[in-house]
Amino acid sequence: MSAPVLEAVSLEKRFGGVHAVAGVSFRVAAGEMLALIGPNGAGKSTCFNLVNGQLRADGGEVRLGGQSLAGLRPRAIWRLGVGRTFQITATFASMTVRENVQMALISHRRMLWSFLARATDQFRAEAEALLAQVGMAEQAGRPCGVLAYGDLKRLELAIALANDPKLLLMDEPTAGMAPKERTALMDLTRGIVRARGLACLFTEHDMDVVFGQADRIIVMNRGRLIAEGTADQVRNDPAVREVYLGSGATSGGH
Amino acid sequence: MDFVLIQFLTGLSNASALFLIASGLTVIFGVTRIVNFAHGSFYMLGAYLAWTIVRAFWDWGGREPYLFVLGVLAAAVVVGLIGVAMEMTLLRRIYRAPELFQLLATFGVVLMIQDATLAIWGPEDLPLPRPPWLRAFIDIAGSRFPRYDLILAIIGPVVLALLWLLFHRTRFGILVRAATQDREMVAALGVDQKKLFSGVFFLGSALAGLGGALVLPSQSANLQMDLSIIAEAFVVVVVGGMGSVTGAFLASLLIAEVQAFGIVLLPKITLVLVFLVMAAVLMVRPYGLLGKPQAHARAASGAVEPTLRPAPNILGLAGLAALLIAASAPFWAGAYAITVLIELAVFVLFAASLHLMMGPGGVVSFGHAAYFGLGAYGAALGLRYLALPMEAGLVAAPLFAGFFGVVFGVFVVRLSGVYLAMLTLAFAQIVWAATFQWVDVTGGDNGILGVWPSAWAADKSVYLWLALALCIGGTLLLRRFVFSPFGYGLRAARDSELRAEAIGLDTARLRLAAFAIAAAAAGLAGGVYAYAKGSVFPTYISIPKSVDALLMVLLGGVQTVTGPIVGAIAYHGLFVGILQATAYWRAALGLAIVVLVLAFPQGIAGFARDRWERARGLEAA
Repeated sequence: MSAPVLEAVSLEKRFGGVHAVAGVSFRVAAGEMLALIGPNGAGKSTCFNLVNGQLRADGGEVRLGGQSLAGLRPRAIWRLGVGRTFQITATFASMTVRENVQMALISHRRMLWSFLARATDQFRAEAEALLAQVGMAEQAGRPCGVLAYGDLKRLELAIALANDPKLLLMDEPTAGMAPKERTALMDLTRGIVRARGLACLFTEHDMDVVFGQADRIIVMNRGRLIAEGTADQVRNDPAVREVYLGSGATSGGH
Repeated sequence: MDFVLIQFLTGLSNASALFLIASGLTVIFGVTRIVNFAHGSFYMLGAYLAWTIVRAFWDWGGREPYLFVLGVLAAAVVVGLIGVAMEMTLLRRIYRAPELFQLLATFGVVLMIQDATLAIWGPEDLPLPRPPWLRAFIDIAGSRFPRYDLILAIIGPVVLALLWLLFHRTRFGILVRAATQDREMVAALGVDQKKLFSGVFFLGSALAGLGGALVLPSQSANLQMDLSIIAEAFVVVVVGGMGSVTGAFLASLLIAEVQAFGIVLLPKITLVLVFLVMAAVLMVRPYGLLGKPQAHARAASGAVEPTLRPAPNILGLAGLAALLIAASAPFWAGAYAITVLIELAVFVLFAASLHLMMGPGGVVSFGHAAYFGLGAYGAALGLRYLALPMEAGLVAAPLFAGFFGVVFGVFVVRLSGVYLAMLTLAFAQIVWAATFQWVDVTGGDNGILGVWPSAWAADKSVYLWLALALCIGGTLLLRRFVFSPFGYGLRAARDSELRAEAIGLDTARLRLAAFAIAAAAAGLAGGVYAYAKGSVFPTYISIPKSVDALLMVLLGGVQTVTGPIVGAIAYHGLFVGILQATAYWRAALGLAIVVLVLAFPQGIAGFARDRWERARGLEAA
């Protein structure tokens, strides 16, 4: 395997008495889609937030292209080339779709502190190209506040790509979408990840999406990694079957 | 030691009155999320009503203590009913409006109650005749202490205990506590919100009325009671933590004791002291002593701001026409009209500067007059101590105000919502008190006189042109900022802090920059105003001046860039018009505010914009 884009080493996080993440390590390589799954409360979201800087780890380290992210805020991590989408979409409701992407581009190109230029004139073509990539070109001029949920998710993807990231973090990218939309969005994501050579880490509840799209899967339960491998390996892993199907499943098998 | 004990007891008795008012305010806020400016008016009404009712009872049955108690309770009930009336007729219609509109509406009620009280009871202070049992003293550690004050000191804890029982032992109280934590969930569980809100308004208003009635024997009913108490009540509520009754109790003790000892120990800074305490508490505990972060209002807020569109050409033309008319005024209008036009130019910039923070910044300042006043004082102090001419003074004004904007802003932008608004108010009161009490430097109440323009601009017409150039130029510059990457970044930080930080925006720094720019622009407005009037006074920084700015922005519409300009002109026009037309200008202005709030909940410009876009089939957010 080539040098990893993202490397998490022995991550630790405690909330009071709860050991939410206990010694979790994983790597994501360029062009790879890594799914992080596990039952509710397994520590997926915590793990995710440790990577993007929303939470500070109690132990262990996150490295991006070999550089430690320890102590960096989300916005500094973004500057190093990490784009992200949120489980519950977070966009700028008072702006048009295009302006949302322009805003990310303005920040990326360090144009934020200019006071006299017109924001809507900045990086317009680039923003439209990004929107075209996610199939949102026709909606570029619409106010973001009126978009359907699936479209918001695609907009988030376009925003996440605006800083030309090395790593894409997607927290439950298809939550709240119809099944057909889910596959479409993840097909789209996979194409972009391949084409741009990004590393992509995502959490997901929909197992069709996970097993259909991920190159590799890591499984968490109660703060620990319990399995890692390809879809087939994980599907047949006894520990995973135990967690998801209960102990009866191993003997009964249905 | 005697002195300490006596001051302590005095503090306790003041704390009780303060607690009664603040507990009502905090309960109302906790459940309805309304910052009720009229709460001080209910307190005042409590005192006036008690004056009438208690005297009527005494005339009928002799000056008996039990009739006094009955009269006080009756006054509290009547005030409670007035509170319910306000909730049912006015506030119920605007629960879904942006929260500032509710504040604006309650300020309209403040003005109406002021004039109603004046009309009914007249302008004189009304003391309650005090029978011997009300005048009695008792001996404490060798000093004479009024017995009534001692009773007052006990009433506070008693009311706290009763409220505790109400909130923990009755269904109504449990619903109130539940709604304070999560209003939407309580509604989802099928609780009738209307009844709950009316009940809460009755309780809160009655508590304020009770407070007013109880201080009557030691103070007398007067027309200044409302605004003088409301600032302190806000401080107590914020220091205690909004929505927390126990917090309000602790805070009222703290504030009252600080005042009681401050008057003796630090007489020079009494006015600042309370606000210093509040600023200090908020810096350490951003949600007050016992407050919790406010749960994010869910979809209920629903007020998504529309996208920015460049103004239609016709609007630009109308603006240009208005500017030309104003600039040509010296050729066709009298001296008074020119004075009014200069004021208009100043207020347009003042309102536009507040709008930068309130609109794109999403940061509501209750103390924007501070920067207006700092600009004015910057020019005046420059003249007094450095002999700065007008040209330099007009440069000093925005710099001076902008400097303080940065200093205060550092603390302000760390907070959010009502707490942030209250900290801006605290800073404004500190500035006001400094100009008022630091007589050696600022001249105190007498202000600084002789702040006249340079010779070339001494002519009123020339000064009008100068004011138009500076103020309208400044306003257009601010407008340009709104459309710039900086302005968009500011709106991004307001729309979604999470997303803004995730795309590399330093949201705190953006807000601080906006705060400083807004302060500097307000300072320029203040400087222009100072040279127009030839003098500066502490009133430039007073609470009503800050409210003026809020009214202008909200009347015009906070969600449009043109709003503050329209609002400033409408408000000042309204003000000048009403002032000339009627003696009861407060009631008329209050009524106008209430009607405008009900008719144009998006402000005048927001309303016009809606019509414009609907007529053209544009998609609104």
